[in-house]
Order: sequence, then C-alpha cells, then structure tokens
Amino acid sequence: MSKVQTQYESELDLSPDVLQFLTFILNGEEYGVDILKVQGIQGWSKVTPIPNTPDFMLGVINLRGAVVPVVDLRKRFQLEEVGYGPTTVVIVVKVKDDEGERVVGLVVDAVSEVYNVNSKEIKPSPNFSGSISTEYIRGLSMIDSKMVILLEIDSLVNAGVLDLVSNELVN
Amino acid sequence: MFDEEGMDEIRQIFLEESTEGLDVMESGLLALEPGTADMETINNIFRAAHSIKGGGGTFGFIEVSDFTHWVETILDEMRSGERDVTEDGITLLLESVDCLRGMMDSINAQSDYDTPRISAIQARIQALLNGTEAPAAEPVVAEEPVATKTAVEGITSESEEIPVETLLEPEPDLETEFFSETLAPVEPSKPADVQPAVEAVTEKDVTPVVAEVKETKPAASEQKEPAVAEPKSGKAAPESTGSSIRVNVEKVDSLLNLVGELVITQSMLGRFKKEFNVNDLSDLRDGLAQLESNTRELQESAMQIRMLPIKVAFSRFTRLVRDLSKSLGKKVKLELIGEQTELDKTVLEKIGDPLVHLVRNSLDHGIETVENRIAAGKPQEGLLRLSAFHEAGHIVIEISDDGAGLNRDRILFKAIEKGLVTEDEQLTDEAIYMLIFNAGFSTADQVSDLSGRGVGMDVVRRNIQDLGGRIDVESELGVGSKFTIRLPLTLAILDGQLVRVGKEIYIVPLLSIVESVFINPERVNVVANNSMLYRLREEFLPITDLRAICGGYYKDMTLDVEELDDKLLVVIETAGKRYGIVVDDLEDQQQVVIKGLENNYKHVHGLAGATILGDGSVALILDIPGLAQRCFSDVDSVETLAIA
Repeated sequence: MSKVQTQYESELDLSPDVLQFLTFILNGEEYGVDILKVQGIQGWSKVTPIPNTPDFMLGVINLRGAVVPVVDLRKRFQLEEVGYGPTTVVIVVKVKDDEGERVVGLVVDAVSEVYNVNSKEIKPSPNFSGSISTEYIRGLSMIDSKMVILLEIDSLVNAGVLDLVSNELVN
Repeated sequence: MFDEEGMDEIRQIFLEESTEGLDVMESGLLALEPGTADMETINNIFRAAHSIKGGGGTFGFIEVSDFTHWVETILDEMRSGERDVTEDGITLLLESVDCLRGMMDSINAQSDYDTPRISAIQARIQALLNGTEAPAAEPVVAEEPVATKTAVEGITSESEEIPVETLLEPEPDLETEFFSETLAPVEPSKPADVQPAVEAVTEKDVTPVVAEVKETKPAASEQKEPAVAEPKSGKAAPESTGSSIRVNVEKVDSLLNLVGELVITQSMLGRFKKEFNVNDLSDLRDGLAQLESNTRELQESAMQIRMLPIKVAFSRFTRLVRDLSKSLGKKVKLELIGEQTELDKTVLEKIGDPLVHLVRNSLDHGIETVENRIAAGKPQEGLLRLSAFHEAGHIVIEISDDGAGLNRDRILFKAIEKGLVTEDEQLTDEAIYMLIFNAGFSTADQVSDLSGRGVGMDVVRRNIQDLGGRIDVESELGVGSKFTIRLPLTLAILDGQLVRVGKEIYIVPLLSIVESVFINPERVNVVANNSMLYRLREEFLPITDLRAICGGYYKDMTLDVEELDDKLLVVIETAGKRYGIVVDDLEDQQQVVIKGLENNYKHVHGLAGATILGDGSVALILDIPGLAQRCFSDVDSVETLAIA
C-alpha cells in the first residue's frame, strides 16, 4: 500500500521522495501527470485544424500568444468517441526532448485531483491493457484504494503523439 | 555622400562590431597555449582580426586596417604552421589588441591616435616578422612559478564570478610579462598607471609583481564588473551578443504613449461595467473603435521595436563598393533591391558581417578589371546586385554579380591540394562550389588587402548557420555568380492576404500574389490526369483548390467544376512560375507575425507557420513554394489533385 494522503494533510511533507501528480480521467481510468510538467488547464476552445495531420491532432490554439498543438487522447488511443461535454478540458503540458521544450495540449474527459505519491512506492507497471499503451506508463500507484496510472508524459507526447504523426504521414 | 548623422551611425556600428571582435581576440589569445597550435582558437582570433581589418577599410579608418593587417599576418603564419605560437608572440598580439582598443577609443572620442604607441608596437610586429628579437618584449623568466600560482589562486577565490580568473586561468605557468598584459584592460581608471609600474618591476624581480597583482585585481574587478564580464571564453561570447537590443528612445516613448491611450480607453469602457443603458450604445461603439485603433497602433509600435528594414545593412555597401572598386581599379555599379524588406533586428545585426564578406569577395574575385571585361565582351561597368525578399517564411538575400564566376576546376584543384576531397571523387558542380566555404580555402594566388586568405567564406557560412539559415551558390564561368542566403523568419512580419476556405482562414503571403480573379467556369479545362488548367488571358495556369491541398482535413471534399462558379482564383507566382489557388473568399490584408509550428509541434508540409489573428484565433500561413512543389511540379503523382 502506498502512503495515502490528501492534498491538505501533505502540505508539510517536504520529503524529496514525494512527487505530486495531477490526475485526469480518460475512458473511466485515472491517469497521473507529474504536476511540474503541467502548465495549466483550459476549457475547451475552438482549434484551428492543421491539414495533413492525423485526426487526433485537433489543431492549434492560441495560448497567450504561443501557437500550441492540441491532441485528443481518446482519438489517439482509438477509444470510443464521446463528444465534448462540460467537463472536457485541455491539460497543457510542457515536455522536454533533445531539441528543447514543447508545449502541447491534451484533451481529456475531466481533471480529477492532485495527489502526493512517494516515489519509492510507485509500482512498476505490469503488462496490462489499459487505454494508454504501457510504453508511456511510469508506474502504478494505489491512492484511496483506487489505482492511478502514472504517465511518462515526455515519451507519451514526444514519441506517442508527435513522432507518430510523421510516421503516419510517410505511410 | 554621407551626412554627418549617417557617418556617426556608421562609426557607431564599426565601433560596436570591432569592440566585440577585440573581445573575441583577447579571450582567444588568452586561451592559447604557447608551443601548441590550437587551430580552432587561432582561426577564431584570425576571423575577428579579419573582420576588424575589413571594417576599418570599409569605414575609412585606414590606420586601424593597416595596423590589423600586421596582426593578421602574424596570425596567418601561426595558422599555417610557419610560426610557432610563443609566449612572446601572444604577448605582442595582446598588446596589439590593447593598442587597437585605444584606437577605437580615439575614434569614439574623435581625437587623434596615440601614434607613438602604435608605431612602437608596429615596429615590434615587424621585428617579429623579420625574425629578429623584439626590442621591447623582454624575455622575463618566471623564477618562482609556485609563488605566482598561489597568488593567482588567492585572487580568484576572492572574486568569484569576475572574469579575472578567466583571464588568468588558461596560463597555469604564468610568466611575469603576461601580467602586464592581463592587467591593463582590467584596471578601471588609469591603465597607464598600472602598466608601466608592472613593467618596471618585471625587469627586476618577480615577487613584487605578484604583490602588485594582488592589490589591484580585487579593486579592479569590483569596480568594473560589467565591462570586464565581456571577454570571457570564446564560447560565452555569442550568448552575450544575442541578449539585448538597442532601441531608439523615441520608439519606447511612442510605445508608452500608446499604452497610456489604451489605459484611457479602458477606463472609458470600464464604466459600462457598472451600468449600461441603451443610450450609451454610441459611446460604447466609439470606445470600441478607439480600442481597436489603440490596439493596432500598439501592435505596430511593439513590432517596430524588433523590426528594421534591411536597408540598415545594405546602406553601408554604397560606400564599401565605391571605395573598393576605386582601389581595385574596377568599375562597379551597385544595385539594391528590396531595401524595405523587414527583418528581425538581431538577424539584421548578425547578417552584416557575412554580407560584407560576400560583397568584398564579389568585388575582389568576381567582377573583372575593365580591360578583362572589355576583352570578354562585357560592358565596362560590372554589376553587383543585392536583393532581399520574403519567400516561404524565409528572408532571402541574394548577392549576384556579372563577373567571372567561380572557376570550378580551380576550386577542385585547390580542394584536392588541400586534401578536402580525393582526386577520384565524383562531385556535382554545386558540391564543388560549396567547397569554398571550408576554413582556409582560397584560390586567390595572392593575399591581397581585401581577401584571399580564405577566412571570409567559412565565417559567412558559420554566421548564417548560427542564424538557422543556409547559403547556396550558383555560378557560371564568365557570366557571374549568385550567392543566395535564406534566413528563417521566425520573428519577422509578413504582409499577408487572408483567404477563406470553408470555415478556415489561411494566409497567403501578399508578395507571392500576382492578382485575384473571379472564376469563370467556362475557362476551366480538365486535362488528362484530372488536373485543371485555367485560361487566364493568353496563359494556361494549373489550378488547385486549397481543400485538395489540405487533403488531411478536407479529404472528403472534392473540387467540382460547377462548384467553381462563385469562387475566386488567387494567382500566385513562385520560382518564376504561376499557379492558381481556388479560395472561397478574400478577407483582409494585414501584417502578421509568423510563429513557427516547429516550436511546439513540427514542420507541416505546405505550411510556413501560423499567426494569431485579431480575434485571438490561430490562422495558418501557406508555404507557397512548398505547395507549388507538392501540387504542380509533378502533377501525376499527387493524389489529391486527381479530382473527379
């Protein structure tokens, strides 16, 4: 069992092992993203579609003067489309790769919570078939007796979203 | 030819560039180890010296250019291995750098040069070149290297982020005469006071020098941090140059005025938040109109801070070409095209040097002498053309001349001689021309005052690559050569025509649009492979629909001849060919700031970037040459054009 703490109890916990994760809901599963990678959460707004890109690349939005691509994670992982509802949000993350940093928006069903997770208690992910492929998963954590899947957001975005685009274009 | 103000501006540019160059030289010299020849460092120093020499010649500071020529000669010998890199040599070169600094100060203050100092150093350089012992450079031996080193360490620990350590660091076994060099630029108030003092003691004893150093260093570094922070290592230099831009105070004032107006408009509109009745409607409208104009002005004003016409870089060539052609005995006419093309100030500043090199090269090697031109059946007067324009999200600068062109065989011969390529290598003409961008490559038989040492071209390529651009060469022997520089336009403004296709707005660079016409479906001809030609007056244009181009998004939509009825055809021209793009409607024309899609995403074929429109939405900018290549150059293979 991992340490179960709510946000408020843990404010004094400054141990370096403790990581904070913002979680979101996608297809009924709860996923966590390292909160330091999150730039913000936006409501759904109109995107400008980019031609010659796969359908999960919804297009680009204006995020305070920057042109930021927005990806629909449901479409990306071939989940059933449910349409955009009032809880649909865009989580804006900043990821790193060899060339530098990129800011990308991810459309998810809803945001959930911020949890503290002790890094020592993150369990390696078994080979299971969740909605998001295991190669982009950092590990699992039990929080309030429910399972949260912690994502490796850098590789998810760089390899899973951006590079895939080029492969599909080549085909 | 130049008014006083223009002269001032030129002088200022020259001084700034030279000061940077001197910093590079100094840090490079300090990094040199006696006895070893670090080619990269020597090349760096050489390039800096070469630029200063060039600048001096260009702007009419003959003394500077003459003096630097001597310095350059030493460096050239070191570079080619003819001369060993000795402590004496480095010392003398450092003294020369200081002397040049003094000359820059004199130019700045518009006072006379310190002629005795200049000629003294010049005499020593000549002595060195002639192989005799330099009279003033006393061979002082470091008798107590241990003591010296300890002292230096003590100093550096006292003043951490101060480049005193950087100045001293590269010399673990410091010799005393070295101190007199490193001290001079650091001492804030009166370099003259310290230098003689140190020199006086160096001749007698080593230890007092150390004491002297101990006393002066911390004080100097405390007082003059910003100034001495510059000449760190060669690597640090590029960072410092890109970090700030000089802005005319008037521009900032106008920006502030506009902000003030915006605040007034805001407070005017703000009162409607509290209460609003229908009678206020006209006030509200006025307020919004005012807000709109405020915003536009503010936007323009803010953009103006970064953007400058390329004229700023081009203007200096008028003088350069006149003076150079006179001294070379050639007749050259300079033609400047597209001077109003705007580009980012930082790009503009960095492109200056490469352009100077290219222009000098064209004058020196390209355009022939009057006799040769007459013999070749060309007009007496050579033509040098500099042109700038926007293309595909790039700024393109072309330097072309109608001179002798590049000698392919000669370049190849030299390259083989230098071991750059092997004799049995098969190279295209382009590949051979690109060889001239290698360091130390020159086919000139004689080293002239202008060029021929083979420094220029590698600096040119490096600077352009640093800006994320590229350079290409076209040449024909006896006809002329053309250098094409392409620089990315990340921050540049583009005059755009907004076009509507379906619900989306795209931006077509205004410069590429020839005209726009209503489509008359009777003039559309569907040819064999289902591609379409449009008869515009006496010309057949291949046409396509943006819907088809943008296949990914609009893939279920096809272009039908009947549907073309109320649509518009935007005729574009790129690479000398004309095409038509079918759009639903033309919207405004406006200046847009190009934002690269690559920043957060990746390059998408057919798009030059994106921009943010007035309403905050994102519009995509079409890459016209890219689209032309995709849609028209090989029509058969483009599936999207196969319209039923």
